[in-house]
Amino acid sequence: MSALLSIKDLKVYFDLGGGGPLDRLFNANSVKRVVKAVDGVSLDIQERETLGLVGESGCGKSTLARAILRLIEPTDGRVFYRDQDLAHLSQRQLREQRRHLQIIFQDPYASLNPRMTIGQIVGEPLETFRLARGREAEQRVQELLETVGLSKRFVKRYPHEFSGGQRQRIGIARALAVDPDFIVADEPISALDVSIQAQIMNLLEKLRREKNLTYLFISHDLRAIRHVSDRVAVMYLGKLVEIAEAKTIYDEPLMPYTKALISAVPVPDPQVEAGRQRIMLEGDVPSPINPPAGCRFHTRCPYAIDACKEVVPQLVEIKPRHFAACIRISPAQPHIEDVAPGTAPGL
Amino acid sequence: MSSDGNLLEVRNLRTYFDTDDGVVKAVDGVSFELKRVQTLGIVGESGSGKSVTNLSIIRLIPEPPGKIVSGEVIFNGSDLMLASNEAIRKIRGRRIAMIFQDPMTSLNPFMKISRQLMEMTQLHLGHTKAQARAHAIRMLETVGIPDAHTRADNYPHEFSGGMRQRVMIAMALSCEPELLIADEPTTALDVTIQAQILELIKKLKRETGTSVILITHDLGVVAGMTDHVIVMYAGKIFEQAPTRELFARPGNPYTKGLLRSVPDPTAEQGKLYQIPGLPPDVAHLKPGCPFAPRCERVEEICRREFPPFVQLNAEHYSLCHFAREVYSESGGTPA
Repeated sequence: MSALLSIKDLKVYFDLGGGGPLDRLFNANSVKRVVKAVDGVSLDIQERETLGLVGESGCGKSTLARAILRLIEPTDGRVFYRDQDLAHLSQRQLREQRRHLQIIFQDPYASLNPRMTIGQIVGEPLETFRLARGREAEQRVQELLETVGLSKRFVKRYPHEFSGGQRQRIGIARALAVDPDFIVADEPISALDVSIQAQIMNLLEKLRREKNLTYLFISHDLRAIRHVSDRVAVMYLGKLVEIAEAKTIYDEPLMPYTKALISAVPVPDPQVEAGRQRIMLEGDVPSPINPPAGCRFHTRCPYAIDACKEVVPQLVEIKPRHFAACIRISPAQPHIEDVAPGTAPGL
Repeated sequence: MSSDGNLLEVRNLRTYFDTDDGVVKAVDGVSFELKRVQTLGIVGESGSGKSVTNLSIIRLIPEPPGKIVSGEVIFNGSDLMLASNEAIRKIRGRRIAMIFQDPMTSLNPFMKISRQLMEMTQLHLGHTKAQARAHAIRMLETVGIPDAHTRADNYPHEFSGGMRQRVMIAMALSCEPELLIADEPTTALDVTIQAQILELIKKLKRETGTSVILITHDLGVVAGMTDHVIVMYAGKIFEQAPTRELFARPGNPYTKGLLRSVPDPTAEQGKLYQIPGLPPDVAHLKPGCPFAPRCERVEEICRREFPPFVQLNAEHYSLCHFAREVYSESGGTPA
């Protein structure tokens, strides 16, 4: 396997203003307010793998995905796709590459134009990229609908006639129209009913196998992420804090935040639930506007020590193919339980 | 007082809605009991009637288009369906409190949190302003709002989603209700915040002895929080059992399918079981079992006749022509 997509030190900052000479004229304490939504993320996505990206709201996972596709302009960093740096392509070059990189959105109600028929929606990318026209395009659209499990008779219908799960299938058909290599699935099942979620996950998995796709699967649902992913990356306040194989990250998470996150997932088994010890995190995720210095998790971490407030932890390969960002653990001492608890602000 | 320590008995509740598309039987013949100090979970997908059931209990169904067509809701021995509007208003908030999925839509954005909390006890418990304020701050402390004294004078938008849900819980519990109805209380929250809120509900329940009805689509939440579970589908109760029994020995193909379609983080990957097809359109239900078109063990009778509500053992019921067989396959012994 080789990396299909290689992300190097990607940053997306949003400037909220403040701190300028004029601001200070009105408010002496005015500081520049910057949301560091994605702050120096480096990540390789291997060909034909599903990389799960998980994190809580505001952690920057959707921003990261959009910056990869340049639906949001990155502030800094590089995104290599087949030796081309997407982050620095001209708009024209980028448009050509977009064909290979597609996205499926969370809200199946907002991502389809209500005035277009299903045939037009799925056929539009074919036209945009001049891949097919006329009778051939029609045929292609019908094939695509069948690929995602919809009847080809639906071409003349409008989005409002479909349920959430069916709309998500339409979104998938549209993404597939251009025969992409790489698909970002941004919370593709979050808005769907439980019985429909399983259908969409299975469909995505089937398509990956049949079409040799590579996925970046974003979700806050850790059970879904565990099910679909080969590897899982955990994000917290703009930074990657842990990456490992899906099974590993569930069975032996290393970084305290990942541990808490996994212990918070409700398991559909009353007996397991009754005996579970949860790591309860105090408080909310801090604001991404001027986030905490040092390790961004230190304000909630039960193991934090003074150094955590200053040192920004780097992703380190603690165990083979298992990376975590925490200064309190190391390859020699991978388990934080063995390390003395800190002067935890949360405890 | 009603029999057997039941706080609530719902009998044959039917709530219908008139729509352009015909009559939607959102809740169609639902009966259940809730014992004191217990937590009952109601699970179902969207449109299954779980929320309408609970809005019907406290008579918050907008009429028209909705109408509670029949049913009794015996709360502490008296039928809420026969109560005057005046009487029901005194029960809502005071003896039966509700929290909803989105706290922002249930809090008044123009009012300070303190005033919204004070209103409750001033109205229901006759508190003076000073008493009410002290009580409000105490409640905010109980639900874990840091610095409650100052935070009480903030407006809802100044709180995060998790904190707003805490405020909602403080408000709901401020009159020490006998019954708390929580409708998807953590669906809009992040998983670490969800864990905090669920733990808070558990803790407050232990301390106050409030009975809880928890409505959710998340089987994991049900597993950890409830004593009894009701599974709803197309406005009907499909299965009803003590929580452990339901998860260990489901007696209904729909429940079985739902349980199998949730990825288990402790299991190996592989193809996930999926229930085929789509949830039914409750305005146009065909005769027979509403789940028949999606059921893997459907037989001819299922499409023709509405299934019976079969008692499998003392507290376990399933709406299925083949309930006993399904139950046996799950390892149960039908009584």
